[in-house]
Amino acid sequence: MSLWAIAIKSVRQRALASALTSLSVALGVMLMIVVLVANGMVERMFVQTATGYDLIVGPKGSQLELVLTSIYRIGVAGEPLPYRFYRELTSGKNNRIAQAVPITMGDVTQQGSFPIVGTTPEYFALPYMHESDGTPRRFRIRTTSRDGQHSGEGLIRNPFDSAIGAVVARQNGWDVGTKLKLVHGGSDGHVHDEEFTVTGVLAATGTPNDRTVFVHLDGFYMISGHEKPLSEAVARELEFFGNVSEESRNALEAEQGSSGHAHGPVPEAQKEVTAILVNIKGTIGEKVLAESRLMSGLNEGVQAQAVKPIVQIDRMMQTLVGPIRSLLMGLTSLIIVVSGIGIFVSIYNSMADRKKEIAIMRALGARRQTVLSVILAESTLLCVIGGLTGFVLAHLMILALSPMIAGYGLVIDPWTFAWGELVLLPVLIALASLVGFVPGMTAYRTDVARTLSD
Amino acid sequence: MSLLLENISKNYREPDGGSLPVLKIERFELVRGEQVALVGASGGGKTTLLNVISGITTPDSGRVVIDDTVVTGMPEPIRDRFRAERIGFVYQTFNLLPAFTALENVLLGMSFSRGRVDRDRALQLLDSVGLSHRLEHRPGQLSVGEQQRVAVARALANRPSLLLADEPTANVDLSNQQTILDLIRSACTTDNVSLLLVTHSISVAEQFDRIERLDEFNTAATLMPEVMP
Repeated sequence: MSLWAIAIKSVRQRALASALTSLSVALGVMLMIVVLVANGMVERMFVQTATGYDLIVGPKGSQLELVLTSIYRIGVAGEPLPYRFYRELTSGKNNRIAQAVPITMGDVTQQGSFPIVGTTPEYFALPYMHESDGTPRRFRIRTTSRDGQHSGEGLIRNPFDSAIGAVVARQNGWDVGTKLKLVHGGSDGHVHDEEFTVTGVLAATGTPNDRTVFVHLDGFYMISGHEKPLSEAVARELEFFGNVSEESRNALEAEQGSSGHAHGPVPEAQKEVTAILVNIKGTIGEKVLAESRLMSGLNEGVQAQAVKPIVQIDRMMQTLVGPIRSLLMGLTSLIIVVSGIGIFVSIYNSMADRKKEIAIMRALGARRQTVLSVILAESTLLCVIGGLTGFVLAHLMILALSPMIAGYGLVIDPWTFAWGELVLLPVLIALASLVGFVPGMTAYRTDVARTLSD
Repeated sequence: MSLLLENISKNYREPDGGSLPVLKIERFELVRGEQVALVGASGGGKTTLLNVISGITTPDSGRVVIDDTVVTGMPEPIRDRFRAERIGFVYQTFNLLPAFTALENVLLGMSFSRGRVDRDRALQLLDSVGLSHRLEHRPGQLSVGEQQRVAVARALANRPSLLLADEPTANVDLSNQQTILDLIRSACTTDNVSLLLVTHSISVAEQFDRIERLDEFNTAATLMPEVMP
């Protein structure tokens, strides 16, 4: 009869106490694995989402804020850049720019308060992120409604077309053909009269795009009150560039000669962009060089800046998310330690009842090391059984939650291991040795003659 | 020679720091296959003597020799294994492990020796004590007589050369006392095992060819005022 068989007998003899102590370990391990997986998800969401674009060009200010606003749609956009800046950036002077897509933000949907992004159809031609092996992930779009009644002619090709993210579609029950209105982003909560029609529904991407409503940039500025008053726009242009374009001058003259602005296409001078998403072409070396040139060229000025989103997000993960993750890991580790103390207390309390059994084994010829090993095997059993139970429970919990998580666009495999999980087993065995040692020593020191005569 | 005790002394330390002599035996011996009844007053050191012989308790001085091996000179781990392999022990209170079945209790007796755990022998031993129909019963599900029979089977599991029995019939009902005694004695006779059986019962002792009174060869007995383990 092996040590393990003896230990199993002992564990089964105290089935309830053993089950409860193992359960406490299981809960600790479950929490830790869920935290590990959640951490992986957060990291993936943040870091991989930042891999979609090489650079983000925006107004001067906080670099992180620019990234959070333009990619994660968190926070409020700063003073936007004139549209002319976007046009000049892409006019050929920067021949290393492969694609540059303008976005403008500010409004939200009337239902669900999802952020509105005004952009161009090219937005959907760019990869929205890259896998860790560099594989680009691109948008997939459904242009026919589920009931087959409506179909769009493509993505935001017309000013009042709209494409919606998967979460927006699910939560608002919107589909191709749905009409939607925008709420002004200011504090007044004004609902614009103009209606947009959903012409495409994006497949889940696991990025903030899922919670975004995209409208055509032209349509965005055709909304009453969105265009900058021409005189202000021209003054801003003068301040920004030191001159005023001919088109702006013409527009100003035309406005002065008319009674007011009729709704229709808005002159370029009155349009602005919150940010420009830029991809650089060339080999890795050429890209690095071109990025560096563009960044230093823009960053030397006082009006605009170019930032690498991945750098900003890495920095944020390290400075903000990193400590939170460490705190969570620390707390769950503490739970496991407390569970370990539970095992210690359980085994230690049982020692008084088991002294006789240990003395009998010793009288039968069991060595001191043998009875110590039996106790250690027992604590190891409790820890490992608890650990495995926790592992299964954690993944079952993730399995149960995965449809909900998928609703947020993040597809996760419930049986994917986090690397940290591999560390858990040796940690649990070490913990078992630790908590089993003191009661094991009680067994080791048992006075056989005295115990048997009591 | 199966068992030889020479100049054994054992004292217990009293709470006041004093020393209480329990054993002082100049010489005691048992030849191979011999069966001896050991009688003596309560607290006379009988159990301590069995513990000293089995190596559970170490004497303050003297030698315990079993099968020409000096047990008292062995390091504890070697002594433990020697006890597992050469000495069988039957207790008054059976000392079976409550979580283990009858069969497992016998197998447990084999687990601490170097020999393999021989399930067939365990089954045969339980059969020989009339418990082949109680193999999977735990001690709590057995009568006291049956429990002691399991203990006898366990004591014989490793084919010991010496069987120590500490009042094995004292806790057994009258109808089972003789059965237990006969089982122990016949098993020892069959396997040529030496038997040292401690008893209070005159009727039990009288069945042995050799009866030893502990107070006759343990000179410490006269000095012991109180009961000691």
